[in-house]
Amino acid sequence: MTAKSQRLTLVLLALAAIVAASLLALSALKDQAAFFYAPSDVKRDGVPLGRAVRLGGMVEAGSVKRAPDGVTVRFVVTDGGATTPVVFAGIVPDLFRERSGVVAEGSFRPDGGFVATNLLAKHDEKYMPPELAKTDAGTMHETKTLDR
Amino acid sequence: MIAEAGLAALWLAAALALLQFALAALGLRGAGNAAEITGAVRPVAIVQGTLAVVAMLLLITLFQQSDMSVKLVATNSHSAKPWIYKVAGAWGNHEGSMLLWVTILGVAGAAVAWFERRLNERTLTATLGAQGLIALGFYAFLLFSSNPFARLSPAPADGQGLNPLLQDPGLAFHPPTLYAGYVGLSVAFSFAVGALVTRDVGRDFARAMRPWVLGAWVFLTLGITAGSYWAYYELGWGGWWFWDPVENASLMPWLAATALLHSVTVLATRDGLRAWTVMLAVVAFSMSMIGTFLVRSGILTSVHAFAVDPERGAFILALLLLYIGGALALFALRVGTVREGTTFELVSREGGLVANNLLLSVILGIVLIGTLYPIVAAGFGVQLSVGPPFFNKAAGPIALLLVVVMAAGPLLRWRRDRLNEVVERLTWPISAAVFAFAGLIVFATPIGVLPLLGLSLAGGLAVASVAPLWKRDLRRTPLFTWGMVIAHLGIAVSLAGMACDAAFTKERLVALRAGEATRVGPWRVTFDGLSPVIGDNWSGLQARLTAERGGSSRIMLPQSRTFSDPPTVTSESAIATVLDGQLYTVLGAADGQGRWQLRFWWKPFVTLIWLGGVLVAFGGALSLLGRLRPRRRPVERWT
Repeated sequence: MTAKSQRLTLVLLALAAIVAASLLALSALKDQAAFFYAPSDVKRDGVPLGRAVRLGGMVEAGSVKRAPDGVTVRFVVTDGGATTPVVFAGIVPDLFRERSGVVAEGSFRPDGGFVATNLLAKHDEKYMPPELAKTDAGTMHETKTLDR
Repeated sequence: MIAEAGLAALWLAAALALLQFALAALGLRGAGNAAEITGAVRPVAIVQGTLAVVAMLLLITLFQQSDMSVKLVATNSHSAKPWIYKVAGAWGNHEGSMLLWVTILGVAGAAVAWFERRLNERTLTATLGAQGLIALGFYAFLLFSSNPFARLSPAPADGQGLNPLLQDPGLAFHPPTLYAGYVGLSVAFSFAVGALVTRDVGRDFARAMRPWVLGAWVFLTLGITAGSYWAYYELGWGGWWFWDPVENASLMPWLAATALLHSVTVLATRDGLRAWTVMLAVVAFSMSMIGTFLVRSGILTSVHAFAVDPERGAFILALLLLYIGGALALFALRVGTVREGTTFELVSREGGLVANNLLLSVILGIVLIGTLYPIVAAGFGVQLSVGPPFFNKAAGPIALLLVVVMAAGPLLRWRRDRLNEVVERLTWPISAAVFAFAGLIVFATPIGVLPLLGLSLAGGLAVASVAPLWKRDLRRTPLFTWGMVIAHLGIAVSLAGMACDAAFTKERLVALRAGEATRVGPWRVTFDGLSPVIGDNWSGLQARLTAERGGSSRIMLPQSRTFSDPPTVTSESAIATVLDGQLYTVLGAADGQGRWQLRFWWKPFVTLIWLGGVLVAFGGALSLLGRLRPRRRPVERWT
């Protein structure tokens, strides 16, 4: 193999690897990227089933209910225009409270309810999840962000 | 006065960085008497680095004295803070961390000026010139948009405090270590630029560059390992890697540096892969700068994003485009003059290292795409996030393929090898992997595909990585061979830890009254009760748990802490480390009926993840020592 043809082979290999990586990454991204929804989006566009999404809004006043097992929490997320019921089994973030912003990671059930696997709350008096800054729920807070 | 002195030191350092670049440029242009000008570049680089250190020390002094007339101290510190966080708090904010960044950049340049003796004088001059130019841009960034020494008038009575998540001993070590690696890669970048300028890419260049790459890589490895452990115990989520953009920002330079480390060996030993190695050196530090941009521009949100300021983001982006674009343009102009080195067969050590480089580049590409995708999507008005499901699915299989290459690579001969002989040499590793695979299928079902393959391959890799020592006089084995063996073994150990964590972790989430007990894995945990605790600048609740297993028991005390400056609640996990894993406990909230939420994880062999990381760094350090020490040439067999 001459130096020139070897260089060509290596360049082609590298190109093939990069193309393969990009295709692999993009195809995986199509399935795996978690889109952000507000309750109004769900009302307008329908429920995105079978994929991981993020749901954001305010925790509606008086909606937080604890199940008898002590670890399951039910609450309602609102963005002023629509509401979505959420169920979450786990330790809620320290600053999760009613009338406060929340982003839930998880997926929708066919009935329109949301099963959260993770909750992100406004981290302290100053910080809040970035998506909320853009919704109605967020306009009343500063937009300094500190995710988790 | 101290703040003004710090600012003066920064301005002076910036002026010297300009001088450093100008002298180098003049020295390289001028014929004849160039040596004299060139000789002046070294001391300038050393003084410039020293001034940056002085500025950093002055900032630490200001934090130490809680001088609230300095804006940065007032907004990020508090007089009631323990002293260690006053010191570390100096870089727990945007301006201070950028000053630390620039300080390490200056120190790296000074170290090259002081220690580098192998590189020819012209290339060294060009290298220092490039390093000066990079430093100049970041000094400008500090002075014009992120001045850490700005005063505040009138001075407030006390400061606003440090983010409690950052009030952890990890803050003292994690950023400096990570930055030493991150910014240490600037040396490789400058070497590449220097060699392109003087058309001097070759074996001597590679030999000179290798220790610097190794050094930066060791720090980067340690920094990532420490950061992962910090996230594990401080966030209280039980995970050790979240594919957070900030984590990716440190992983990407590491992937590029790892590839560079291996390709530079091909260049140093066999004079091959010249252009590719130079390219990787440029890419590695570019990844560091992209990471800095992502973290510091406020485009991302995380505990590391201290401030959202579009102007600063634009400034770093401009620097980034200037430096990366400049280096790539230089590369494009000069790549034709880089004579291609020697050739090699596909089945050879070189071939294995090329495969390593390609696979690392693919993983790097995947991580980069996944990290940038949400930002690009946001530009089109779509909000989305890319998390672990994507990265694990896309990068996991390729990482496992890389492990296979890694097992075989060190057992390949340079230039040319025979496939059947290679397979013969790999008998024991393959047996180990198959044995582990069969054992797991029989005894440990159900187990996911990735953890199953990961554990099997970890077994094979562990055997393969010590194989180069087989039938060798261990006392006469060169240090860098030991380094390679230990680093590869470290990857096997770490991989085993990751796979065990993924496959065997037991999780339990319960609400308990005082006196009640629950089971998690082999442990029986009793909730004894709750008591108030008080710290230096926080108060909180502490649960007392008794964890029993096989007749022995231990007390665990997870806490929930409330900080007043700024007002924040954090949970402090309690972790019991035993030989075969860790029991991880977190205290949650009251459920309103006299019970408390508690979360437990039993994580078998999870500690191997970080033990492996430390082994990898230790291997790198040994290798560095071996490369630095002057030695007689040993017979190169499988090294």
